[in-house]
Amino acid sequence: MRAVQDGRLALDATTTRHIDLCLGCRACESACPSGVQYGALLEHTRDHIEKHHRRPVIERLWRWSIETIFPRPRLMRWTLAAPRLLRALGLTRLLPRTMREAVEMLPPTQHATAIPPYSPAQGESRQRVGFVTGCVMQVLFQETNHASVRLLNRAGCDVVTPQAQGCCGALFAHSGNLECARDCARRNIAAFESAALDSIIINAAGCGSMLKEYGALLEDDPVWRDRAAAFSRRVKDLVECLDAAPCSLAPTNIKVTYHDACHLAHAQKIVATPRRLIQRMPGAELVEMAEADLCCGSAGSYNLTEPEMAARLQHRKCANILATGVEVVLTSNPGCILQIQAGLKKAGAGHIRVQHIADFLDAHSTLTERG
Amino acid sequence: MPAAPQFAISDLVRELRAIVGPDGVLASESELLAYECDGYTLQRNPPTAVVLPRTTEQVVAVVNLCRRENLPIIPRGAGTSLSGGVLAVDGGVMITLTRMNRLLHLDVRNRRVLVEAGCVNAWVTREASPFGLCYAPDPSSQPACTIGGNIATNSGGPHTLKHGVTTNHVLGFEIVLPDGQVHWLGATPDGCEDVEGYDLRGAAIGCEGMFGIVTRALLRLTPAAVAHKTFLGVFDTVDEASQTVSDIIAAGIVPGALEMMDQLITRALEEAYHFGFPLDAGALLIIELDGLPDGIAAQSTVIEAICHRNGAREVRVAKDDAERAALWKCRKRAFGAIGRLSPNYVTQDGVVPRSQLPVIMRFIRETSERCGLRIPNVFHAGDGNIHPLILYDERDPGQVQRALAAGHDILDKCIELGGSVTGEHGIGVEKIDFMAKQFSTDDLDAMRTLRRVFDPEQRCNPHKMFPGSKRCADFAPRKQAAA
Repeated sequence: MRAVQDGRLALDATTTRHIDLCLGCRACESACPSGVQYGALLEHTRDHIEKHHRRPVIERLWRWSIETIFPRPRLMRWTLAAPRLLRALGLTRLLPRTMREAVEMLPPTQHATAIPPYSPAQGESRQRVGFVTGCVMQVLFQETNHASVRLLNRAGCDVVTPQAQGCCGALFAHSGNLECARDCARRNIAAFESAALDSIIINAAGCGSMLKEYGALLEDDPVWRDRAAAFSRRVKDLVECLDAAPCSLAPTNIKVTYHDACHLAHAQKIVATPRRLIQRMPGAELVEMAEADLCCGSAGSYNLTEPEMAARLQHRKCANILATGVEVVLTSNPGCILQIQAGLKKAGAGHIRVQHIADFLDAHSTLTERG
Repeated sequence: MPAAPQFAISDLVRELRAIVGPDGVLASESELLAYECDGYTLQRNPPTAVVLPRTTEQVVAVVNLCRRENLPIIPRGAGTSLSGGVLAVDGGVMITLTRMNRLLHLDVRNRRVLVEAGCVNAWVTREASPFGLCYAPDPSSQPACTIGGNIATNSGGPHTLKHGVTTNHVLGFEIVLPDGQVHWLGATPDGCEDVEGYDLRGAAIGCEGMFGIVTRALLRLTPAAVAHKTFLGVFDTVDEASQTVSDIIAAGIVPGALEMMDQLITRALEEAYHFGFPLDAGALLIIELDGLPDGIAAQSTVIEAICHRNGAREVRVAKDDAERAALWKCRKRAFGAIGRLSPNYVTQDGVVPRSQLPVIMRFIRETSERCGLRIPNVFHAGDGNIHPLILYDERDPGQVQRALAAGHDILDKCIELGGSVTGEHGIGVEKIDFMAKQFSTDDLDAMRTLRRVFDPEQRCNPHKMFPGSKRCADFAPRKQAAA
């Protein structure tokens, strides 16, 4: 990246290819003793590439579709109807391989209701939090969003879900479109500002790290800079909030493993908290897999733009999971859930369930009231 | 010395692709940029092509092609060398072994393991640890560096003070000579450990890639220590810490590791890892005892007494394995944390007799003041193996020159004190000038003669180690752009 900046390296197809191949998993940030902010460097480089490098038409079209559909929940629902129909009719084999694999990843349709604008705490209210519904989360995992809100309520939080919120902008930032990401940020800051919140809760790791970086994203915008920084300071992942809250969990007897979502472990440095939550549950046995913090290959839309490399990582992740002998894999990002579940199915281990940690905690804490 | 290549690069690339497949050759300018230097960034030059073979047969085919076309061969592992050991001084075909990275056979019963040369050092211990075994040499770059590279430089590491360096743990290896012959030197995977005849294995370890290309190696596994006790000695001055090192060894104790960190490096590490180091201490010693619990208890008393006798302000003991691991993480990633202090650094690898540690440390401090560059120190004190890290900014040509001069002065002083210019990093291109200072012409001739046994045409990793070698054509400040 520095060589490009210094003019030692041309911004040609080869250079772009190498930058494209980077997962953006930011494991290098966890590893770097000098504290290099690689994620930010990568985003700015990608932004530069998209402004100065012309991609082939098909590639542009595919990237444009991803950027158009995913941040728009309603459009995403419509778009997903067609492949779901194909799948229901057993006609997916008509599709090209990459598309077929993407379609196979889709979870069953959830006919969940929208998250209410306000849901009060159970018992005494300890704090007032905002809830970010996410795009993929609300279309594919709305049940998980409901579970998250229930957990928050049980933990003594009044939950406000502003209806004016939109995509967090991560999809744009990661693919080199910082201006669109900034627009998303401004919209969300405005949507949450009016509600006087103690914190803003998100259950998708990828979105969470983006929301926590609004301050840096709008650093050069004099109007929004301070508001963005104030917003980011209040953002917490669901597990951070639950960890601090007194919420007792019912005994269970189950062996689980935990997969670190890159943007939780490396971008937000949250590694011990989800494990602590799992271990707080009497009878739950947490079996660590090898390379738990290695990317599963989902990496935002990476599995759609770089299917081959993504499949290699998926295979390695699933082999590590199978070696643990667990029945349930827990994680905290929608992309990881889809990617790992699809990988396990391919490996003939579809019986192993991949769950968002919120669903797991919710299912096991309904029996007990707050302790 | 090889002549300039006569046949077109496009033909070379085509033939290389035919051997290793289209994804195994890099030849575009942008891709070669990543291979223009190793961890020694003061000199840079890209190879003509990089080839990434997957089998010994492919290595042989590439080597035969290079022999036919009289092209230099540069073997490369992960490129973590700190002396320019894998610099393509005047181009040539770089054979990179990172795709031959498998651990082939773990023989627990005989405590040995067969690996491909590109296998990462730390993977060996990772795979062996469930059986209570480990691979003892532990260079700080072990999460990345390869066994092949370790063999080339006879790598050390913090724990080699007690357990020995690479040559003590490599039983044998397969090497492809520059004429395409494949030999196995030393113990074979299915043979016994005592090999008749000359120890050619020993002769080739530390050859800096100038004898041939190692493709597979049989390594000795060591039982992991049953118990550890790790001390952090806090001293006001480097002198006190140096004297402690000397006294511990004089008391007949060989700790598993005995490392020193000075104030400047400690500050950078504290910023990176928040370990809780005292920031006002002049020097810290990491002293690790390993072995059986009974022996450790007796030695602990002696070590604490020696530390206090030399004015230690405090002697902490790592309370559990997690704290011990955190301490070693700090030590082993020290070089990586230099980015917090300076845009560039060059490290030296001098060795002095342990009793001379206080002298060389004082000299380093004086050099730092004289040249106006900061020089933090983190090193294998127990071996007398210093690693002064000379900090500079490459954008200032004056600083580059002063950094080079400071390094030279320090190494001259090491020789004067009866030491050596390299403990573990190798000579590479960096320390060529010192060979003539440290060795007589006869010594150097003997080394050249040995090299010619393996590589008569001197085509394998040329222009390294020996005085009179060609210099990198691009060695000039204007070329020292990115780090």
